[in-house]
Amino acid sequence: MPMIDIRGVSKWYNEFQVLTDCSTHVEKGEVVVVCGPSGSGKSTLIKCVNALEPFQKGDIVVDGISVSARGTDLPKLRSRVGMVFQHFELFPHLSVLENLRLAQVKVLGRSKSEATDKGMHYLDRVGLASQRDKFPGQLSGGQQQRVAIARALCMDPIAMLFDEPTSALDPEMVGEVLEVMVGLAKEGMTMMVVTHEMGFARSVSDRVVFMDAGRIVEDCATKEFFGNIEARSERARQFLGKILAH
Amino acid sequence: MGGFDWSSIANSLPFLMNGLSYTVQLTVVAAIGGTLWGILLALARLSGIAPLAWAAAAYVNLMRSVPLLLVIFWFYFLVPVMLQSITGAAYPPKIGPDRSAYVTFILFEGAYFCEIVRAGIQSIPKGQLGAAYAIGLNYSQAMRLIILPQALRNMLPVLLTQTIVLFQDVSLVALLNVTDLVGAAVKIAQRDSRLIEMYTLVAVVYFVLSYALSLGVKALNRRIAIIR
Ligand SMILES: Nc1ncnc2c1ncn2[C@@H]1O[C@H](COP(=O)(O)OP(=O)(O)OP(=O)(O)O)[C@@H](O)[C@H]1O
Ligand SMILES: [Mg+2]
Repeated sequence: MPMIDIRGVSKWYNEFQVLTDCSTHVEKGEVVVVCGPSGSGKSTLIKCVNALEPFQKGDIVVDGISVSARGTDLPKLRSRVGMVFQHFELFPHLSVLENLRLAQVKVLGRSKSEATDKGMHYLDRVGLASQRDKFPGQLSGGQQQRVAIARALCMDPIAMLFDEPTSALDPEMVGEVLEVMVGLAKEGMTMMVVTHEMGFARSVSDRVVFMDAGRIVEDCATKEFFGNIEARSERARQFLGKILAH
Repeated sequence: MGGFDWSSIANSLPFLMNGLSYTVQLTVVAAIGGTLWGILLALARLSGIAPLAWAAAAYVNLMRSVPLLLVIFWFYFLVPVMLQSITGAAYPPKIGPDRSAYVTFILFEGAYFCEIVRAGIQSIPKGQLGAAYAIGLNYSQAMRLIILPQALRNMLPVLLTQTIVLFQDVSLVALLNVTDLVGAAVKIAQRDSRLIEMYTLVAVVYFVLSYALSLGVKALNRRIAIIR
C-alpha cells in the first residue's frame, strides 16, 4: 500500500478546471519530484494531499486514511504529514524555538521540555541551534527554510511535502536547503517534492511526475525520465529543454 | 462674573477625580469588551457562513450608521420596555444608567473594533493560515495562536487611536445623569455657578490625556514598524 495514493483527482475553481483526473502515488521511503510549467497545478495537487485544498472528484489516501472521507480528523492527518512552503511561512511573532514547539505542545500534547528537546534536536540537525531565540525576521531566507523543515520534522511526520522549497531563495542559499533535503531522503523519508531543481530530481528522486495544464503527463522512474528524453512527451521535452538550458 | 474663581475647583477636586476614574474605567472596560466583541464579529464576517456573515455585517453597518447619542438613548429608554414586553413583566426592569452605559459602549464600540480587527486579519498573508493548518492546528487554535496575535499586533496603534476617540465619546453618558468626568463637572458647575472654570478645566484634562495617549501611540507605531 502506498504512503500517498492519489486516485483520479479533479478540481475546479468555479468553471475553471485546475486538476484533471490526476493519479499517482508515493511509496514508503520513496522520493517523488513533481515538475511542470508555471500554472500547471503542482501546488494545487500537493495541497490536496493534506487537504489544504478541497477537490471535487477522486480521492487521496494517506497511510490508509482518505482525506476526503467525512469522518476523517483532518488536523490529526495533517499533523502527521510535514509540509514546507515556498515562502517558509514561519510564524513571525514567535521565536525560532517557539515555532518548533507550538504544534508539538498544542497538537501532540507533548510537555514543554519534551518539545524543547525535540526542537533543539532538529534545530541542531539543520545547523541552527545557535539561532533558537531569534525571530524569523532576523534570519536569512535559507535559514528560515531550514527552520521550517525542522518545524515539520518535530512532528515525526510519516511523509514530507515540499512546494518549491528553494525557489524563493537567493541562489547562494539554495544549496544549504537542498543539503538538508538530501539528508532526509537518504534516511528514508517519504517525500513528495515540487521543484525545478533538476539536479536534485536527477540525483535524489526515485520517480518524476510531470504536469501540464492540470494533468499528469509523465509519471516514470527518474532514470527513464532523464535517460530517455526522446520517449518523453512534446511538452515535457520543451520544459526540460528550457530548464536545463538555464 | 468677576473674573475666574478657581477655589470651587480645589474644593471639589475629589469629586472630579471620582468622575475621571469613572470615565477611565468605562473607557477601559468598553475598549476591552468592545475588542473581544469586535473579534467575534470579525470572525463571523470572515467565516464564509453566509447567514452569520450577513448578520454580523448588518449589525456593524447599523451601529456605524446611527449616532452614538441615539444608541445610548435607545438602550437606556427602549431596551427596558422591550424586555418588559418580551418577559411580560408588570414593570420595565430597572437596568440603571451605569449598566446601560457599559453595555451600550461595548456593543457600539464592538462594531468599530470589528472593522479594525477584520482589516488586521486580512493583512496577514494567506500562507500563515495554511501553515497553521498544515502543522495540525484546528480553526480555533490557528486563529487564537497564529492569526489574531499578528493581526492585533499590526492593528494595535489603530485600536488605541479608536480607544482615544472612545475616551472622548464616553462623556456622552453625562446625559444619562451619570457622574463621569463631564457629569461631575456639570454638577459642580451648576451648584457653584462656575460654568466657565469647570468646562475649561475638563477640556484641558481631556486634551492633556488624549494628546499624551496619541503621542504614546505614535511612539508605539515607530517601534512596531521596526519589528516588522
Ligand atoms: N484560488 C484560486 N482561484 C482561481 N484559480 C486559481 C486559484 N489558485 C490557483 N488558481 C489557478 O490554478 C492554476 C494552477 O495553480 P497552481 O498554483 O497549482 O500552479 P503551479 O503549478 O503551482 O504554478 P507555479 O509554478 O507558478 O507555482 C493556475 O492557473 C492558477 O491561476
Ligand atoms: Mg506553485
